[in-house]
Amino acid sequence: MKHHISISDVLLGNKMAVARALNFLENRRPEEIGRVSELIEQLSRNPRPGRHIIGITGPPGVGKSSLISRMIGEYRNQNQTIGVISVDPSSRKSGGALLGDRARINWDPTDPGVFIRSMAAGRHLGGLAWRTRHLMTVFEAAYDVILLETVGVGQSETEIDEVVDTVVFVVQPGSGDSLQFMKAGIMEIPHILVINKADQKALAQKALNDLEAVKSLGWMDKSGWQPGIVMTSALEGWGQEELLTRLKAHQDHLISSDDNQRRRHNRISWILLLYRERFGSFGMETLGGEENILRLIEQVDIGNPFYGLCRLTEKLRDTLRSSNSGIIHERT
Amino acid sequence: MKESVNQPVNHPKDKPWLMRTYSGYASASESNRLYRSNLSKGQTGLSIAFDLPTQTGYDSDHVLARGEVGKLGVPMRNIEDMETLFDGIPIEKMNTSMTINAPTAWLLALYLSTAEKQGADISMLRGTTQNDILKEYLSRGTYIFPPQPSMRLTAETISFTVNRIPNWNPINICSYHLQETGATPVQEIAFTMANAITVLDTVRSVGDIKPEVFPEVVGRISFFLNAGIRFIEEMCKVRVFTKMWDDICRTRYGVADPKLRRFRYGVQVNSLGLTDQQPENNIARIIYEFLGVVLSKNARARSVQLPAWNEALGLPRKWDQQWSLRLQQIMAFETDLLEYGDIFEGSTVISKKEVELEEAARAELDKIMEMGGAITALETGYMKRSLVESNARRLCAIETGDRTVVGINQFKESEPSLLVQGMEDSFLTVDESVEIEQLVLLEEFKKQRNKDKAMASLDKLKEALFKKENIMDASLACARNGVTTGEWSDALRAVFGEYRAPTGISGVITGDASGEKTLAVNQKVRNIGLALGRNIKMLVGKPGLDGHSNGAEQVAVKARDVGMDVVYEGIRMTPEQIAESAMQEGAHVVGLSILSGSHLKLVPEVIRAMRERGLENVPVVLGGIIPKADYEKMDQNIIRRVYAPKDYDLNKIMDEIANIVAEANGIDLTK
Repeated sequence: MKHHISISDVLLGNKMAVARALNFLENRRPEEIGRVSELIEQLSRNPRPGRHIIGITGPPGVGKSSLISRMIGEYRNQNQTIGVISVDPSSRKSGGALLGDRARINWDPTDPGVFIRSMAAGRHLGGLAWRTRHLMTVFEAAYDVILLETVGVGQSETEIDEVVDTVVFVVQPGSGDSLQFMKAGIMEIPHILVINKADQKALAQKALNDLEAVKSLGWMDKSGWQPGIVMTSALEGWGQEELLTRLKAHQDHLISSDDNQRRRHNRISWILLLYRERFGSFGMETLGGEENILRLIEQVDIGNPFYGLCRLTEKLRDTLRSSNSGIIHERT
Repeated sequence: MKESVNQPVNHPKDKPWLMRTYSGYASASESNRLYRSNLSKGQTGLSIAFDLPTQTGYDSDHVLARGEVGKLGVPMRNIEDMETLFDGIPIEKMNTSMTINAPTAWLLALYLSTAEKQGADISMLRGTTQNDILKEYLSRGTYIFPPQPSMRLTAETISFTVNRIPNWNPINICSYHLQETGATPVQEIAFTMANAITVLDTVRSVGDIKPEVFPEVVGRISFFLNAGIRFIEEMCKVRVFTKMWDDICRTRYGVADPKLRRFRYGVQVNSLGLTDQQPENNIARIIYEFLGVVLSKNARARSVQLPAWNEALGLPRKWDQQWSLRLQQIMAFETDLLEYGDIFEGSTVISKKEVELEEAARAELDKIMEMGGAITALETGYMKRSLVESNARRLCAIETGDRTVVGINQFKESEPSLLVQGMEDSFLTVDESVEIEQLVLLEEFKKQRNKDKAMASLDKLKEALFKKENIMDASLACARNGVTTGEWSDALRAVFGEYRAPTGISGVITGDASGEKTLAVNQKVRNIGLALGRNIKMLVGKPGLDGHSNGAEQVAVKARDVGMDVVYEGIRMTPEQIAESAMQEGAHVVGLSILSGSHLKLVPEVIRAMRERGLENVPVVLGGIIPKADYEKMDQNIIRRVYAPKDYDLNKIMDEIANIVAEANGIDLTK
């Protein structure tokens, strides 16, 4: 049975079609995996060419949602369409979640160029939700700019880094923790640092000085990008133009120097995640551990991550057969 | 504290408190007729209720005003409306109280301009503007601008009136609404004191008040309190209020004159605890709550209004209001209450309770001040979250029976109530044609006025805003020159921006998530989630201008506690926004909460907007005061269930919602 989503409508950014595709891809019933794979195949062969995937992260309460609100306005001024995915934690006890970010974002229901979706992280660790990557394929096909918002400090940034082109880390003046993390190397260095609520002038200046000091210790990622610092005030509505300029600069940098390595890497880590989700540590061990599996993925077509998953599954089957370790109980 | 306990019984009686009734009407001319009839019977004070569009700075023709025009008060769009309202009523002789907050400066400007036209001496006017914005963010919901600029507006109206209308009460700080949202006595005291401090600090820093006049400003601050059923504790609460306020005025503001440090307050007793079930019992509740604020002479309310016994059922009738007034008259004139000094002086039990409350309130106040004061505690969501948590705890205690509510969780069997028989049809309702008439009037006014003059005074207003001058004079010019409420508010919106207050639900911790019933619903929700392929997602929406969000918040938190993913965007959403969110979020079910009585207008619009987005199969449940006859007019294939405030059993509600989702998605729960 085929899925019922109109790809051409999704590509046109038809919001009803986008919503249907998202609902469908969030579906975790095992019997849907074939159709989910088919839809992802079609979507990931047709992404928007100039799309920019941006991760917005930072501690709770720094004003990420208000900043996103301002960014939406600015991108719409530039005539770019925009999709937002906002991930909130779930209650460990009940499995339920309060998805509150939407309330803090100003949006116009009649604007065809803005789409906001909230996701609950569920039991997935790492700052995203189980199906965030799936949903991203819809947004990548339908919108020029994709914003992914997550809460977190420290550990949980690692995963967002594997999904987006550009990581923006938002802090507010007067909160030293994030800086300490960065200095100590606990936290990955983002591509762009935003000091939001910079209307608190004296504190913002101090935060800027601190960051400049850390920066002088030598920030640069392997692609040669120098992280930038931007001051914004979502309250007073300034700084978002500069942020967008910086974001564009990083996008240009990726195009000119990175040769799509970052997206390729992200795709590979998705396949690894799918494999891990399906076969667990047993599967990981059988194929010789994470490093080995990453090498295997390098060799396959990664256009559709589910194809990659199939290749790994075959490999797992072969390995099990040849090592005559008996019967494989594939998890479904 | 001069009075002693040992007063002779025949000591001249104290003057009783002021006995008030509060009411609002459909249009300026209608209200004018009513005011005139009341005045002819000897009433001297007027209390004006404005409709929700006016309170939130919209003209009657704004999309958000649909269904709300003239519903809960008078629509007041321009000077013509104010002139009509006071036609034949000499403003100079009136004591007028206005329940207005975010656009206080504007309504005051309309009022003063009308008085001027009548030839009144402005400096002699008497009255009160509520003008308390903080509780709007936390509870009542008629805010417009962000907290900082709103505080600036408050400060500007205060300094204007202190300098130009010395007998005006420029602000009435309300803890009333905090209790209606679930605040504990400690929260009530601490939040209200923090609020008052922020107001006074702002006046001191931005106002054009001479330091020697500042004690007068302090003396003009008055309060509006609530009183709940635990009346001993409530009485101790008002005593602590009195004591702490005196202390703050002395130490923080150096007010030497004890008269200016007096905690002047009015009260409306609690409506939150009134029940639909056996509603006649509410009379007893009202009396005990009332006792709490009049018993203690040293902390006695200066004015009291009592709700009607049947308020939970619909708009009260004249006879219902009369009954509440009689309760006050009996207390004041038949009993010997007013013949004694403070009867609790020297009571060790009472002073122990006071100390306990005061220590906790001071600790909470210190905590807020450490955060940076009331505005920070508000903006970070701390205050709202604390209130939502308290209310969740209150509801949970009722559900588990830890807290007895007669007729609800105890002594539930009842003879049929003789008082409610035949009441359904006798309730007052507002005629739907009011809205159309008001739209015509507004259009006429805009046609007739000198548009250039109006626009020129709007430009002047914007200039004053940018220069950070007191906007009262520019607003007075706007009023005279035919600017409308919506235009005035838009000018301020353009400079200040609009605000969405924290919903308070994120991060709320409830103790109830592991109750037996909750776990059972949780299991059901999980099973349905497995069958659906994803968690049940519920969108909770509050369409229209109604800001009473208790119900929506508690439903949202409970839905999370039974395992649903919940999207709640707060108050004041248009039907289009709600439908669009339901679509973008992929909601399985939509819950609407409407308490303003506009459901017949708003519900069909939400359904239409959902249909346009292909959501005709998404079920909707509705919460609010919805008469049966109104429900029968709705599309019951879509509106699957209606819940009233009396449906306090949230687990049962959640269980039903889960069933509705299962049914709408063809899931058989027996398998």
